[in-house]
Amino acid sequence: MHRPRSRSTGAIFAVPLLLAVASMIGLVAALLGDGAADIVSWVALALPVAAVIWAMRFRRG
Amino acid sequence: MTRRTIRGWVVLHSWSSLVCTAFLLMLCITGLPLIFHHEIDELLDDQPPIAAMPAGTPLQSLDTILARALADRPGEVGLYMSFDEDRPVVNVTTGPSPDAGGAEMTLTAYDQRDGSLVGAIAQDGVMDFILQLHTDMFAGLPGMLFLGAMGVLFLAAIVSGVVLYAPFMRKLDFGTVRTGRARRTKWLDYHNLLGVVVLAWASVVGLTGVINTLAEPIIAQWRSDDLAAITREHDARGLPVPTRLASINAAVETAKAAVPGSRVQFVAFPGVAYSSRQHYAVFLQGDTPLTKGLLTPALVDARTGALAAVRPMPWYVQALQLSQPLHFGDYGALPLKILWAVLDLFTILVLGSGLYLWFAKRHASSEAKAREVESGGVLVPAE
Repeated sequence: MHRPRSRSTGAIFAVPLLLAVASMIGLVAALLGDGAADIVSWVALALPVAAVIWAMRFRRG
Repeated sequence: MTRRTIRGWVVLHSWSSLVCTAFLLMLCITGLPLIFHHEIDELLDDQPPIAAMPAGTPLQSLDTILARALADRPGEVGLYMSFDEDRPVVNVTTGPSPDAGGAEMTLTAYDQRDGSLVGAIAQDGVMDFILQLHTDMFAGLPGMLFLGAMGVLFLAAIVSGVVLYAPFMRKLDFGTVRTGRARRTKWLDYHNLLGVVVLAWASVVGLTGVINTLAEPIIAQWRSDDLAAITREHDARGLPVPTRLASINAAVETAKAAVPGSRVQFVAFPGVAYSSRQHYAVFLQGDTPLTKGLLTPALVDARTGALAAVRPMPWYVQALQLSQPLHFGDYGALPLKILWAVLDLFTILVLGSGLYLWFAKRHASSEAKAREVESGGVLVPAE
Protein backbone atom coordinates (compact mmCIF):
# COMPACT_ATOMS: atom_id res chain seq x y z
CA MET A 1 0.00 0.00 0.00
CA HIS A 2 1.20 3.49 -0.83
CA ARG A 3 2.19 5.32 2.30
CA PRO A 4 1.53 9.08 2.07
CA ARG A 5 4.67 11.09 2.61
CA SER A 6 4.94 13.50 5.50
CA ARG A 7 4.48 17.16 4.60
CA SER A 8 6.64 20.02 5.80
CA THR A 9 5.05 22.65 8.01
CA GLY A 10 5.49 25.15 5.18
CA ALA A 11 3.51 22.96 2.79
CA ILE A 12 0.78 22.38 5.38
CA PHE A 13 0.28 26.10 5.95
CA ALA A 14 0.74 27.31 2.35
CA VAL A 15 -2.97 27.43 1.46
CA PRO A 16 -4.16 28.52 4.94
CA LEU A 17 -1.61 31.35 4.87
CA LEU A 18 -2.78 32.44 1.43
CA LEU A 19 -6.40 32.48 2.66
CA ALA A 20 -5.42 34.40 5.78
CA VAL A 21 -3.58 37.04 3.73
CA ALA A 22 -6.57 37.32 1.36
CA SER A 23 -8.90 37.71 4.36
CA MET A 24 -6.75 40.49 5.81
CA ILE A 25 -6.63 42.30 2.46
CA GLY A 26 -10.41 41.95 2.27
CA LEU A 27 -10.93 43.25 5.79
CA VAL A 28 -8.70 46.29 5.27
CA ALA A 29 -9.57 47.19 1.65
CA ALA A 30 -13.18 48.17 2.34
CA LEU A 31 -12.01 50.45 5.14
CA LEU A 32 -9.92 52.52 2.76
CA GLY A 33 -12.61 53.63 0.37
CA ASP A 34 -15.83 52.86 -1.45
CA GLY A 35 -16.39 51.50 -4.94
CA ALA A 36 -13.26 49.74 -6.22
CA ALA A 37 -11.94 49.19 -2.68
CA ASP A 38 -15.21 47.46 -1.79
CA ILE A 39 -14.95 45.16 -4.80
CA VAL A 40 -11.37 44.18 -3.85
CA SER A 41 -12.66 43.41 -0.38
CA TRP A 42 -15.53 41.21 -1.65
CA VAL A 43 -13.26 39.22 -3.94
CA ALA A 44 -10.59 38.74 -1.28
CA LEU A 45 -13.02 37.69 1.44
CA ALA A 46 -14.85 35.39 -0.97
CA LEU A 47 -11.66 33.30 -1.31
CA PRO A 48 -12.00 31.53 2.08
CA VAL A 49 -15.65 30.77 1.26
CA ALA A 50 -14.64 29.51 -2.20
CA ALA A 51 -11.98 27.28 -0.62
CA VAL A 52 -14.65 25.49 1.44
CA ILE A 53 -16.91 25.01 -1.60
CA TRP A 54 -13.92 23.74 -3.60
CA ALA A 55 -12.94 21.27 -0.84
CA MET A 56 -16.49 19.95 -0.55
CA ARG A 57 -16.69 19.54 -4.32
CA PHE A 58 -13.24 18.09 -5.08
CA ARG A 59 -11.71 16.83 -1.86
CA ARG A 60 -14.52 14.65 -0.56
CA GLY A 61 -13.73 11.01 -0.24
CA MET B 1 6.41 18.22 17.77
CA THR B 2 6.63 15.57 20.48
CA ARG B 3 3.58 13.66 21.73
CA ARG B 4 3.97 15.48 25.05
CA THR B 5 3.83 18.92 23.38
CA ILE B 6 0.80 17.92 21.32
CA ARG B 7 -0.89 16.71 24.50
CA GLY B 8 -0.35 20.13 26.08
CA TRP B 9 -1.90 21.91 23.11
CA VAL B 10 -4.80 19.41 23.05
CA VAL B 11 -5.56 20.23 26.69
CA LEU B 12 -5.31 23.99 26.05
CA HIS B 13 -7.50 23.73 22.94
CA SER B 14 -10.15 21.60 24.69
CA TRP B 15 -10.44 23.73 27.80
CA SER B 16 -10.18 27.18 26.26
CA SER B 17 -12.93 26.23 23.79
CA LEU B 18 -15.11 24.37 26.28
CA VAL B 19 -15.33 27.34 28.62
CA CYS B 20 -16.17 29.84 25.89
CA THR B 21 -18.19 27.76 23.38
CA ALA B 22 -21.65 28.34 24.86
CA PHE B 23 -21.07 32.11 24.93
CA LEU B 24 -19.40 32.18 21.52
CA LEU B 25 -22.35 30.28 20.05
CA MET B 26 -24.68 32.89 21.58
CA LEU B 27 -22.49 35.69 20.15
CA CYS B 28 -22.33 34.12 16.67
CA ILE B 29 -26.07 33.46 16.57
CA THR B 30 -27.13 36.90 17.85
CA GLY B 31 -24.42 38.44 15.67
CA LEU B 32 -26.00 37.01 12.53
CA PRO B 33 -29.09 39.28 12.50
CA LEU B 34 -27.01 42.17 13.86
CA ILE B 35 -24.90 42.12 10.66
CA PHE B 36 -28.09 43.14 8.84
CA HIS B 37 -29.28 45.51 11.59
CA HIS B 38 -29.66 48.43 9.19
CA GLU B 39 -31.51 46.39 6.53
CA ILE B 40 -33.82 44.79 9.11
CA ASP B 41 -34.63 48.19 10.62
CA GLU B 42 -35.54 49.49 7.19
CA LEU B 43 -37.64 46.42 6.50
CA LEU B 44 -39.46 46.72 9.83
CA ASP B 45 -39.83 50.41 9.05
CA ASP B 46 -39.09 51.30 12.67
CA GLN B 47 -37.89 54.78 11.75
CA PRO B 48 -40.69 57.31 12.10
CA PRO B 49 -41.20 58.96 8.69
CA ILE B 50 -40.64 62.67 8.08
CA ALA B 51 -42.90 64.96 6.09
CA ALA B 52 -42.17 65.65 2.43
CA MET B 53 -40.89 69.20 1.88
CA PRO B 54 -39.32 70.85 -1.13
CA ALA B 55 -35.62 70.13 -1.53
CA GLY B 56 -33.46 72.88 -0.12
CA THR B 57 -35.89 73.82 2.63
CA PRO B 58 -33.73 75.84 5.04
CA LEU B 59 -32.77 74.22 8.32
CA GLN B 60 -33.64 75.56 11.75
CA SER B 61 -30.91 76.52 14.18
CA LEU B 62 -29.79 73.71 16.50
CA ASP B 63 -30.60 76.04 19.40
CA THR B 64 -34.26 76.06 18.30
CA ILE B 65 -34.26 72.25 18.12
CA LEU B 66 -32.63 71.98 21.55
CA ALA B 67 -35.13 74.43 23.08
CA ARG B 68 -37.97 72.37 21.64
CA ALA B 69 -36.47 69.13 22.99
CA LEU B 70 -36.00 70.63 26.46
CA ALA B 71 -39.56 71.99 26.43
CA ASP B 72 -40.75 68.47 25.64
CA ARG B 73 -38.82 67.05 28.62
CA PRO B 74 -39.30 69.57 31.46
CA GLY B 75 -36.62 69.50 34.14
CA GLU B 76 -34.13 67.66 31.96
CA VAL B 77 -30.86 68.76 30.37
CA GLY B 78 -29.34 68.07 26.97
CA LEU B 79 -26.77 65.25 26.95
CA TYR B 80 -26.05 64.45 23.31
CA MET B 81 -27.14 65.64 19.91
CA SER B 82 -26.59 63.47 16.83
CA PHE B 83 -27.45 63.77 13.17
CA ASP B 84 -28.99 61.28 10.74
CA GLU B 85 -26.74 60.70 7.76
CA ASP B 86 -29.37 60.51 5.07
CA ARG B 87 -32.10 62.92 6.22
CA PRO B 88 -32.37 66.27 8.01
CA VAL B 89 -33.11 64.75 11.39
CA VAL B 90 -31.53 65.77 14.67
CA ASN B 91 -31.60 63.27 17.54
CA VAL B 92 -31.50 64.81 21.01
CA THR B 93 -30.63 62.77 24.09
CA THR B 94 -31.88 64.27 27.34
CA GLY B 95 -31.69 63.14 30.94
CA PRO B 96 -32.24 64.38 34.50
CA SER B 97 -28.55 65.37 34.92
CA PRO B 98 -25.29 65.31 32.91
CA ASP B 99 -24.14 62.15 34.69
CA ALA B 100 -27.42 60.31 34.05
CA GLY B 101 -27.12 56.60 33.29
CA GLY B 102 -28.22 55.04 30.01
CA ALA B 103 -31.55 53.88 31.46
CA GLU B 104 -32.51 57.45 32.45
CA MET B 105 -31.80 58.89 29.00
CA THR B 106 -34.46 59.70 26.43
CA LEU B 107 -33.68 59.85 22.74
CA THR B 108 -36.01 61.97 20.62
CA ALA B 109 -35.84 62.79 16.92
CA TYR B 110 -36.71 66.22 15.48
CA ASP B 111 -37.09 67.39 11.89
CA GLN B 112 -34.49 70.12 11.45
CA ARG B 113 -36.48 71.80 8.66
CA ASP B 114 -39.47 72.82 10.80
CA GLY B 115 -38.44 71.75 14.29
CA SER B 116 -41.33 69.32 14.48
CA LEU B 117 -41.24 66.17 16.56
CA VAL B 118 -40.44 63.09 14.48
CA GLY B 119 -40.83 60.75 17.40
CA ALA B 120 -39.25 59.18 20.42
CA ILE B 121 -36.78 56.56 19.35
CA ALA B 122 -37.90 53.39 21.03
CA GLN B 123 -35.04 51.20 22.15
CA ASP B 124 -37.03 48.15 23.11
CA GLY B 125 -37.51 46.45 19.75
CA VAL B 126 -36.40 42.91 19.02
CA MET B 127 -33.15 44.14 17.43
CA ASP B 128 -32.35 46.19 20.53
CA PHE B 129 -32.95 43.09 22.64
CA ILE B 130 -30.59 41.04 20.46
CA LEU B 131 -27.99 43.81 20.53
CA GLN B 132 -28.12 44.07 24.30
CA LEU B 133 -27.81 40.30 24.68
CA HIS B 134 -24.85 40.34 22.30
CA THR B 135 -23.16 43.27 24.06
CA ASP B 136 -23.51 42.54 27.76
CA MET B 137 -26.22 39.89 28.32
CA PHE B 138 -28.21 42.57 30.21
CA ALA B 139 -25.51 42.66 32.88
CA GLY B 140 -23.95 46.07 32.15
CA LEU B 141 -20.20 46.58 32.40
CA PRO B 142 -19.52 43.26 34.22
CA GLY B 143 -21.41 41.46 31.44
CA MET B 144 -19.34 43.22 28.78
CA LEU B 145 -16.06 42.43 30.50
CA PHE B 146 -17.13 38.81 31.00
CA LEU B 147 -17.84 38.45 27.27
CA GLY B 148 -14.45 40.08 26.66
CA ALA B 149 -12.82 37.35 28.75
CA MET B 150 -14.71 34.73 26.73
CA GLY B 151 -13.31 36.40 23.62
CA VAL B 152 -9.76 36.06 24.98
CA LEU B 153 -10.38 32.32 25.52
CA PHE B 154 -11.74 32.11 21.97
CA LEU B 155 -8.48 33.64 20.69
CA ALA B 156 -6.53 31.08 22.75
CA ALA B 157 -8.65 28.33 21.17
CA ILE B 158 -7.86 29.71 17.70
CA VAL B 159 -4.11 29.80 18.37
CA SER B 160 -4.02 26.28 19.87
CA GLY B 161 -6.23 25.05 17.03
CA VAL B 162 -3.76 26.38 14.46
CA VAL B 163 -0.87 24.71 16.30
CA LEU B 164 -2.72 21.36 16.27
CA TYR B 165 -3.57 21.78 12.59
CA ALA B 166 0.08 21.08 11.65
CA PRO B 167 0.48 17.55 13.09
CA PHE B 168 -3.09 16.66 12.06
CA MET B 169 -2.51 17.60 8.42
CA ARG B 170 0.99 16.05 8.20
CA LYS B 171 -0.29 13.33 5.82
CA LEU B 172 -3.43 14.97 4.48
CA ASP B 173 -3.99 17.34 1.55
CA PHE B 174 -5.49 20.76 2.29
CA GLY B 175 -9.27 20.54 2.26
CA THR B 176 -9.51 16.76 2.72
CA VAL B 177 -13.02 15.85 3.87
CA ARG B 178 -13.32 12.10 4.48
CA THR B 179 -17.09 11.76 4.28
CA GLY B 180 -16.87 8.04 3.52
CA ARG B 181 -15.26 7.24 6.88
CA ALA B 182 -16.57 7.23 10.41
CA ARG B 183 -18.71 10.18 11.44
CA ARG B 184 -15.99 11.39 13.81
CA THR B 185 -13.40 11.48 11.01
CA LYS B 186 -15.75 13.47 8.79
CA TRP B 187 -16.43 16.05 11.52
CA LEU B 188 -12.74 16.25 12.45
CA ASP B 189 -12.04 17.12 8.82
CA TYR B 190 -14.83 19.72 8.64
CA HIS B 191 -13.71 21.21 11.97
CA ASN B 192 -10.15 21.56 10.65
CA LEU B 193 -11.09 22.84 7.21
CA LEU B 194 -13.63 25.42 8.39
CA GLY B 195 -11.48 26.39 11.36
CA VAL B 196 -8.39 27.13 9.29
CA VAL B 197 -10.42 28.90 6.59
CA VAL B 198 -12.08 31.36 9.00
CA LEU B 199 -8.84 31.77 10.95
CA ALA B 200 -7.98 35.37 9.99
CA TRP B 201 -11.56 36.62 9.90
CA ALA B 202 -12.48 35.03 13.25
CA SER B 203 -9.27 36.33 14.84
CA VAL B 204 -10.00 39.89 13.70
CA VAL B 205 -13.68 39.79 14.68
CA GLY B 206 -12.76 38.11 17.98
CA LEU B 207 -10.00 40.55 18.83
CA THR B 208 -12.02 43.63 17.85
CA GLY B 209 -14.93 42.23 19.86
CA VAL B 210 -12.67 42.01 22.91
CA ILE B 211 -11.53 45.61 22.34
CA ASN B 212 -15.18 46.71 22.06
CA THR B 213 -15.94 45.18 25.46
CA LEU B 214 -13.37 47.61 26.87
CA ALA B 215 -15.20 50.66 25.46
CA GLU B 216 -16.27 52.03 28.85
CA PRO B 217 -12.85 51.83 30.55
CA ILE B 218 -11.19 53.16 27.37
CA ILE B 219 -13.46 56.22 27.24
CA ALA B 220 -13.06 56.75 30.98
CA GLN B 221 -9.26 56.65 30.53
CA TRP B 222 -9.42 59.21 27.71
CA ARG B 223 -11.61 61.43 29.84
CA SER B 224 -9.30 61.36 32.86
CA ASP B 225 -6.15 61.60 30.77
CA ASP B 226 -6.40 63.55 27.52
CA LEU B 227 -9.55 65.47 28.18
CA ALA B 228 -8.43 66.44 31.67
CA ALA B 229 -5.20 67.83 30.18
CA ILE B 230 -7.15 70.07 27.80
CA THR B 231 -9.38 71.22 30.63
CA ARG B 232 -6.34 72.06 32.76
CA GLU B 233 -4.84 74.08 29.95
CA HIS B 234 -7.97 76.13 29.87
CA ASP B 235 -7.94 76.68 33.58
CA ALA B 236 -11.43 75.38 34.13
CA ARG B 237 -10.63 72.75 36.69
CA GLY B 238 -13.00 72.35 39.58
CA LEU B 239 -15.71 74.53 38.10
CA PRO B 240 -19.19 73.03 38.08
CA VAL B 241 -20.99 72.18 34.85
CA PRO B 242 -22.33 75.55 33.63
CA THR B 243 -26.08 75.92 33.67
CA ARG B 244 -26.26 78.64 31.02
CA LEU B 245 -24.69 77.27 27.86
CA ALA B 246 -23.40 79.16 24.83
CA SER B 247 -25.17 78.53 21.50
CA ILE B 248 -24.81 74.93 20.37
CA ASN B 249 -25.41 75.99 16.78
CA ALA B 250 -22.44 78.38 16.95
CA ALA B 251 -20.34 75.70 18.68
CA VAL B 252 -21.00 73.26 15.84
CA GLU B 253 -20.18 75.91 13.20
CA THR B 254 -16.96 76.82 15.05
CA ALA B 255 -15.94 73.15 15.16
CA LYS B 256 -16.72 72.57 11.47
CA ALA B 257 -14.73 75.65 10.48
CA ALA B 258 -11.75 74.37 12.49
CA VAL B 259 -11.65 71.08 10.50
CA PRO B 260 -12.65 71.82 6.89
CA GLY B 261 -14.32 69.00 4.97
CA SER B 262 -15.53 67.26 8.09
CA ARG B 263 -19.01 66.17 9.07
CA VAL B 264 -20.44 66.33 12.58
CA GLN B 265 -21.43 62.93 13.89
CA PHE B 266 -22.52 63.96 17.35
CA VAL B 267 -22.12 66.60 20.02
CA ALA B 268 -21.55 65.73 23.67
CA PHE B 269 -22.78 68.30 26.17
CA PRO B 270 -20.69 69.47 29.14
CA GLY B 271 -20.47 66.92 31.94
CA VAL B 272 -21.38 63.77 30.01
CA ALA B 273 -19.06 60.76 29.55
CA TYR B 274 -17.80 61.97 26.17
CA SER B 275 -17.01 65.53 27.20
CA SER B 276 -15.43 67.60 29.95
CA ARG B 277 -17.46 69.58 32.45
CA GLN B 278 -16.78 72.83 30.63
CA HIS B 279 -16.94 72.01 26.93
CA TYR B 280 -19.16 70.96 24.14
CA ALA B 281 -17.28 68.09 22.48
CA VAL B 282 -18.15 68.18 18.79
CA PHE B 283 -17.16 64.84 17.22
CA LEU B 284 -16.11 65.26 13.61
CA GLN B 285 -15.76 62.48 11.07
CA GLY B 286 -14.07 62.25 7.65
CA ASP B 287 -15.65 60.80 4.54
CA THR B 288 -13.88 57.45 3.90
CA PRO B 289 -15.04 54.35 5.81
CA LEU B 290 -11.78 54.59 7.75
CA THR B 291 -11.89 58.27 8.72
CA LYS B 292 -15.64 58.05 9.24
CA GLY B 293 -14.97 55.88 12.25
CA LEU B 294 -11.96 57.80 13.53
CA LEU B 295 -13.70 60.69 15.21
CA THR B 296 -11.82 63.84 16.15
CA PRO B 297 -13.31 65.88 18.98
CA ALA B 298 -13.30 69.67 18.73
CA LEU B 299 -13.79 71.12 22.18
CA VAL B 300 -15.71 74.35 22.36
CA ASP B 301 -15.94 76.29 25.62
CA ALA B 302 -19.55 75.90 26.71
CA ARG B 303 -19.60 79.30 28.47
CA THR B 304 -17.92 81.51 25.87
CA GLY B 305 -18.38 79.52 22.66
CA ALA B 306 -14.65 79.86 21.87
CA LEU B 307 -12.77 76.96 20.29
CA ALA B 308 -10.58 75.39 22.99
CA ALA B 309 -8.84 72.57 21.14
CA VAL B 310 -9.04 70.14 18.27
CA ARG B 311 -7.11 67.11 19.37
CA PRO B 312 -7.06 63.71 17.66
CA MET B 313 -7.97 60.83 19.91
CA PRO B 314 -5.09 58.98 21.61
CA TRP B 315 -4.07 55.61 20.11
CA TYR B 316 -6.19 53.52 22.48
CA VAL B 317 -9.39 55.35 21.53
CA GLN B 318 -8.45 55.11 17.84
CA ALA B 319 -7.96 51.35 18.33
CA LEU B 320 -11.44 51.19 19.81
CA GLN B 321 -12.92 53.24 16.96
CA LEU B 322 -11.20 51.09 14.33
CA SER B 323 -12.44 47.98 16.10
CA GLN B 324 -16.04 48.93 15.54
CA PRO B 325 -16.34 48.55 11.74
CA LEU B 326 -13.97 45.56 11.80
CA HIS B 327 -16.27 43.86 14.29
CA PHE B 328 -19.61 44.87 12.77
CA GLY B 329 -18.72 44.29 9.08
CA ASP B 330 -20.87 47.24 8.05
CA TYR B 331 -18.31 49.15 5.98
CA GLY B 332 -18.35 47.47 2.59
CA ALA B 333 -21.99 47.45 1.44
CA LEU B 334 -24.28 44.41 1.26
CA PRO B 335 -21.86 41.89 -0.36
CA LEU B 336 -19.44 42.33 2.55
CA LYS B 337 -22.28 41.76 5.01
CA ILE B 338 -23.26 38.56 3.20
CA LEU B 339 -19.66 37.29 3.33
CA TRP B 340 -19.59 38.27 7.02
CA ALA B 341 -22.71 36.17 7.58
CA VAL B 342 -21.27 33.16 5.70
CA LEU B 343 -18.03 33.31 7.70
CA ASP B 344 -20.11 33.64 10.87
CA LEU B 345 -22.04 30.49 9.88
CA PHE B 346 -18.73 28.69 9.28
CA THR B 347 -17.65 29.74 12.78
CA ILE B 348 -20.89 28.36 14.23
CA LEU B 349 -20.11 25.04 12.49
CA VAL B 350 -16.57 25.06 13.91
CA LEU B 351 -17.94 25.66 17.42
CA GLY B 352 -20.69 23.05 17.04
CA SER B 353 -18.42 20.39 15.57
CA GLY B 354 -15.83 21.09 18.26
CA LEU B 355 -18.44 20.55 20.93
CA TYR B 356 -19.54 17.29 19.25
CA LEU B 357 -15.95 16.06 18.89
CA TRP B 358 -15.23 16.74 22.55
CA PHE B 359 -18.52 15.27 23.83
CA ALA B 360 -18.23 12.05 21.84
CA LYS B 361 -14.83 11.33 23.40
CA ARG B 362 -15.10 13.21 26.67
CA HIS B 363 -13.73 10.25 28.64
CA ALA B 364 -10.72 9.69 26.37
CA SER B 365 -7.32 10.60 27.78
CA SER B 366 -5.38 13.56 26.42
CA GLU B 367 -2.74 11.00 25.39
CA ALA B 368 -5.29 9.21 23.18
CA LYS B 369 -6.46 12.54 21.72
CA ALA B 370 -2.86 13.55 21.00
CA ARG B 371 -2.44 10.23 19.14
CA GLU B 372 -5.58 11.04 17.14
CA VAL B 373 -4.17 14.45 16.17
CA GLU B 374 -0.79 12.94 15.27
CA SER B 375 -2.39 10.29 13.06
CA GLY B 376 -4.59 12.81 11.20
CA GLY B 377 -7.72 11.24 12.68
CA VAL B 378 -6.84 7.69 11.60
CA LEU B 379 -6.38 6.48 15.18
CA VAL B 380 -9.57 7.26 17.06
CA PRO B 381 -9.21 7.78 20.82
CA ALA B 382 -10.69 4.99 22.91
CA GLU B 383 -13.69 5.60 25.16
